[in-house]
Amino acid sequence: MSRISGGQIDRSKTLRFSFDGVSYTGHPGDTLASALLANNVRLMGRSFKYHRPRGVISAGSEEPNAIVELRSGARQEPNTRATVIELFDGLQAQSQNRWPSLKFDAMAINDRLSPFFAAGFYYKTFMWPAAFWEKIYEPIIRRAAGLGSLSKQDDPDTYDKGFLHCDLLIIGAGPAGLSAALTAGRAGARVILADEDFRMGGRLNAETLEIGGASGADWAAKTVLELGSMPNVRLMPRSTVMGAFDHGIYGAVERVSDHLAEPLPGKPRQTLWRIYTKHAILAAGATERPIAFENNDRPGIMLAGALRAYANRWGVAVGEKVAVFTNNDDGLRTVADLKAKGLDVTLIDARKGDEIIDSAGRLGLKSITIRRANGQTETLHVTALGVSGGWNPSLNIASNHRGRPIWDDQIAAFIPAPESIAGLTCAGAAAGAMSTHAALTTGANHAIAALADLGLNAIADIPQAEDAPLNLTPAWYVHSGKGRAWVDQQNDVTVKDVKLAKQEGFVSVEHLKRYTTLGMATDQGKTSNVLGLAVMAELTGKSIPETGTTIYRPPYTPVAMGVLGGRARGHDFKPIRQTPSHKWATEQGAIFVEVGYWLRAQWLPRAGETTWRQSVDREVLQTRKSAGICDVTTLGKIDIQGTDAGLFLDRVYANTFGSLAVGKVRYGLMLREDGMVMDDGTTARLGQNEYVMTTTTANAVPVFRHLEYCRQVLWPDLDVQLISTTEAWAQYSVAGPNARKLLEKLVDQDISDAAFPYMACGAITVQGTRARLFRISFSGELAYEIAVPTRYGDAMIRALVEAGREFDAVVYGTEALGVMRVEKGHVAGNELNGQSSALNMGLGKMVSRKKDSIGMVLSQREGMTAPNGYRLVGVKPVNPSETLTAGAHFLAKGAAALAENDGGWLTSVVYSPHLGHSIALGYLKSGDNRKGERLRSVNLLANTDVEVEIVSPHFVDPEGERLRG
Amino acid sequence: MIINHPLLGPRDSQEFVYLGDAALIHRPDGMADGSLDKFIDYAYLRDNPAGEHRELWYHEQGDRSWLVVTRNTVTHEITAVELARDVARREGRSK
Amino acid sequence: MKAQSFRLRPILTQDGTWEYHMRYSGFRVIAEALTGHKGWKPAWRDAAPQAAYDYIIVGGGGHGLATAYYLAKEFKQARIAVVEKGWIGGGNVGRNTTIVRSNYLLDGNQPFYEFSMKLWEGLEQDFNYNAMVSQRGIINLFHTDGQRDAYTRRGNAMIMHGADAELLNKEQVRKMYPYLNFDNARFPIKGALMQRRGGTVRHDAVAWGYARGADQRGVDIIQNCEVLGMRIENGRVLGVETSRGFIGAKKVGVAVAGSSSKVMAGAGMRLPMESHVLQAFVSEGLKPLIDGVMTYGAGHFYVSQSDKAGLVVGGDIDGYNTYAQRGNLPVVEDVAEGGMSLMPMIGRARLLRMWGGIMDMSMDGSPIIDKTHIAGLYFNGGWCYGGFKATPASGFVFAHLLAKDTPHSTATAYRFDRFAKGLMIDEKGQGAQPNLH
Repeated sequence: MSRISGGQIDRSKTLRFSFDGVSYTGHPGDTLASALLANNVRLMGRSFKYHRPRGVISAGSEEPNAIVELRSGARQEPNTRATVIELFDGLQAQSQNRWPSLKFDAMAINDRLSPFFAAGFYYKTFMWPAAFWEKIYEPIIRRAAGLGSLSKQDDPDTYDKGFLHCDLLIIGAGPAGLSAALTAGRAGARVILADEDFRMGGRLNAETLEIGGASGADWAAKTVLELGSMPNVRLMPRSTVMGAFDHGIYGAVERVSDHLAEPLPGKPRQTLWRIYTKHAILAAGATERPIAFENNDRPGIMLAGALRAYANRWGVAVGEKVAVFTNNDDGLRTVADLKAKGLDVTLIDARKGDEIIDSAGRLGLKSITIRRANGQTETLHVTALGVSGGWNPSLNIASNHRGRPIWDDQIAAFIPAPESIAGLTCAGAAAGAMSTHAALTTGANHAIAALADLGLNAIADIPQAEDAPLNLTPAWYVHSGKGRAWVDQQNDVTVKDVKLAKQEGFVSVEHLKRYTTLGMATDQGKTSNVLGLAVMAELTGKSIPETGTTIYRPPYTPVAMGVLGGRARGHDFKPIRQTPSHKWATEQGAIFVEVGYWLRAQWLPRAGETTWRQSVDREVLQTRKSAGICDVTTLGKIDIQGTDAGLFLDRVYANTFGSLAVGKVRYGLMLREDGMVMDDGTTARLGQNEYVMTTTTANAVPVFRHLEYCRQVLWPDLDVQLISTTEAWAQYSVAGPNARKLLEKLVDQDISDAAFPYMACGAITVQGTRARLFRISFSGELAYEIAVPTRYGDAMIRALVEAGREFDAVVYGTEALGVMRVEKGHVAGNELNGQSSALNMGLGKMVSRKKDSIGMVLSQREGMTAPNGYRLVGVKPVNPSETLTAGAHFLAKGAAALAENDGGWLTSVVYSPHLGHSIALGYLKSGDNRKGERLRSVNLLANTDVEVEIVSPHFVDPEGERLRG
Repeated sequence: MIINHPLLGPRDSQEFVYLGDAALIHRPDGMADGSLDKFIDYAYLRDNPAGEHRELWYHEQGDRSWLVVTRNTVTHEITAVELARDVARREGRSK
Repeated sequence: MKAQSFRLRPILTQDGTWEYHMRYSGFRVIAEALTGHKGWKPAWRDAAPQAAYDYIIVGGGGHGLATAYYLAKEFKQARIAVVEKGWIGGGNVGRNTTIVRSNYLLDGNQPFYEFSMKLWEGLEQDFNYNAMVSQRGIINLFHTDGQRDAYTRRGNAMIMHGADAELLNKEQVRKMYPYLNFDNARFPIKGALMQRRGGTVRHDAVAWGYARGADQRGVDIIQNCEVLGMRIENGRVLGVETSRGFIGAKKVGVAVAGSSSKVMAGAGMRLPMESHVLQAFVSEGLKPLIDGVMTYGAGHFYVSQSDKAGLVVGGDIDGYNTYAQRGNLPVVEDVAEGGMSLMPMIGRARLLRMWGGIMDMSMDGSPIIDKTHIAGLYFNGGWCYGGFKATPASGFVFAHLLAKDTPHSTATAYRFDRFAKGLMIDEKGQGAQPNLH
């Protein structure tokens, strides 16, 4: 017998599902647990350490035992609680952590050997010989550990994130939550009511209690209907509030599609909501706790409230002959409800001194041994046992900010301390108000108080409901024989383990948890933490609150990594920024490279080129021979205007800018306040009070932030305004001996050397369109950078290529750019590593001491000016056929590869087609006076050792004649 | 966290970039005598209180204001938010 | 099994009596199992404070306990107490991601961390406690040529300092972890720097092992004893004022990372550091999935799998000053985004717990182990989020400094005056902004 009458399941429809390959049926409204119980399946899992047979003990998210692998293939979902899986047609589930089968698990030998696996035994052994740990002991432990497994296939589902705002967030839709929502909703407040269950109503669905003369479940359904009709109320079933964060922000996970075989097209599996609320009411109810006794972990032994829930909500009788073991009046409800369903129920009331001292049944409960108050023992054949040791308020979220709960003797449980979290109050059983009447009243009252803060009037309308006390007499564990009584069922922590922890001095809650693993399993100790604490309190002779409290961190229940990641996966992990020439470059078959969020053309292969070097060499050689075009839009651009703009630049750059003439460009070196180089670039003076600064691609955002800091925080009265124009201008470099001729075809003005000399800049027009021209060079060639409004960027690249056709101009990518800048000895990313000063880069003289600028003072500290510090050098292999490696270190000839002989390292290495061999820049100790020295460039990671000569970093045109051409 | 921007109203702190102690407003004069010691203290030493802390936040995903936020480092409660420029001027910074 | 592992060892206690301490061994575990576990003794005594000690170590975390252990064991000092505000091991040693490695770049750091790694390698036999030091390897993934160049530089520096390092190409990484996102990534994996000797350690056991070892050598471990201030006269420390009264000391060593500024304010000092929260996460237990430790080079995400089968996951600090031991959602999401983009197969793994530890974020990202301007007062802190792996060496070199008044050869750079001198040890190159390190 299993399915009985009643319950909130739709018997008109049948759902098929399988567990461990066996097919069963259930109904809409079932959970996997209720459906399995309805099919007489009690054995659902194995415990972690001893592989004890286990069945369901709860009817909610606190479940420690009935955890399964849900679904198969890439959707396989380990460690899923059968008690919260909403049944759907075609559901497949498998048991976990057993071999070869759930019924016969060879690893159950551990149970026989349990004396050897006492708490913390592994800290005392497996130490000899030391080499055996990684090779022998640990692999065995690692294979044994863990319950379910992931498929190792990419998660095929999508996830989403969203933001919600409200006046009042109510967590939990039981009587307290519904009452609060109704009160606030009717008063017009913006309310969100979230509940982890797929059916709102909380315990009302599991009880036969009445509200206002009708069944509690009906009242809940009616209330949900009314709330659903209110436009100011958002109902969120299947939504677990995972945690309380700062300033009224709550995280909630909505399981959008977990009740379906797979998500509907276009729908996510789950959504992470960030809920911003002015007030919150925690109405999460309470979690029943067991009383520990010997062999209290057999399938069929459940929490009394769960036993009742399966009968009332799901129409399932877990057994025909049933016993209830309780220390409070709530347990009596299970007796009454099950009797009303026609079951044979025996009450064992701990308050009268009766106890259960043992149970029997290998794969499921067959009998219990009762010791009556008078000392007599008897064996009772039952297949289901409900246990109630009282109820712990589900205060988890209220302690997320580390506020300590307080002990309430009345219900022998922790209740949330007031003001644990600003803006959060607790109502109903979550606050220790255990009756239905108290839940309805506190829910309404907290809503009224919250709304009063917002200036809204609300009125309570409390229907009639029971207001019975719990009448609890604490009973934690049964003192009997030598057997094991489970405290944490999943992790197999027994009363004996707590005793051993006490004996070895692991008395504080934190030590107890960590030493025994109590409460560390997937159920997060929801049914075990307080019990473990109570056992320790008894052992130490202290009260429970003296022994310790237990607080909870987020998440309330475990949360899928996928939903926390949302849409940020694969190519959508981060935004992609495309340059204005991206479309054109794509048409050319360009190879792109990630540069921060940007994609830049790395090289542009032409037909017949089979290696990247062929393309890059061609781009470099042709640029130096004739002309090359490169998209440099990604460089940061900042417009700086105001009467104090020049003064401002003098302060943020280490070198002098105030003297820069209108129409001229200057290279600028920017330091951090600690004197290290922050960035470099050029700044052009376009007008009396108008400058445009360029930054490196990588530092565009930090430099802008820094400039705003200088302007607003350090020198608030400077007349200077900034705007980032990185995206506003498409900018191209045109370099090479024919650069001017090429540009002259497009530019409307005279740009001859006389009219537009080296380091000139100015506003121009390109066939009538406004543009800016800068005569600056990164390649060392005669070069210009031309900027047009971004919307003309695509047209501009096409115009440049067309104009360059007669010169056989190339478009070059970042690789060729890198080759030419190393040939010219310009520093870039690998040299601008945040650990290098101007002196290190050979630019020490640029730091003016005649003015105060950011970083000037601290750059003079002794450690940064030491003569034996690193200096930028050029490096070439003595044998030109040898290849250099960036990151290789300098060693003197014959020196051992030891840190004390380390001379520095190669920062950037390229193949110079111009010179026909590998060249590099490097930082070498005292490098400024070691030109001509021969050293070794050693890469121990690849076992290469190349003899190199230290040279000037300016490999090409050291006198700079070309760029002035 | 939510920062109540003095111009824009409540904003998620995710829109902001954090810098540190608002004492950074008081940058020493680099040209004055003894500036090296002052800069070493300025750049490297912090009160780092457990309690009320005045700190600089930058509204990078917003209006680019630098703000001085008074926030408790134990409870995270924010009791004041001001434009850093106003604070700097009030505390004697100018050009 | 050697017979000695079953023997009790006599230890001379501070009050002059001999006590017998138990050696842990497999043999002992079996013997106790057969006799009802009646013989196990407290792992350490819960000592009450005496009037005065030669050494007081403030802070019963990993570093403080290790300092006391090495002071007694290696430097043969006596009259040592560790005073702890709460329960030992409750700070960062009990709330971290358990990674050990010596893959640093700079001369100021690498010898120290390599020394620490060598101590880890012999630790369990040394203190007779299985802390599950497990060298299953750590890889740092790289995604750009610039990162590859930086890792090449770093790998070479590591080897020159006596550590191990390898540069793996993409196919070598794929062979180890075939389920990473190699083919559809925003930032493709190009290779990794690997240190095979890196790995993980059972973090709580480190605190307990050092506590037990120190206790066996006569160190008083005094729990629930908060230091409220320092008694300092004429520029010399005389002891500490605590919630359990004044305790005199010839030398006081402070090792309270996370709370360093608070404690040192009691000696009138301002420190070059800020306190920040670093969140970490652990998943439900899963059958073996990830053998070693992995760090993502294109996002804030690193992961390993513990011997208890949870995936242990970390990311970046929240970024604002805090002492609250808890963080906020943006960083939680940021870490998960990194995880999902690196290994999309973890989407269906559930995060079970999240927690926050308070870090001393120093001004250059490196620690300070030094004397102070107050005679007899010594400081150890500023560990940023590198403190756990440093535990053995930190204890050893701090004990060296306390006992000998000179820095240990591997920790000569960890001085207060390095900022004044411009000798920062800035691995990340971020300058004087703690939250960027």
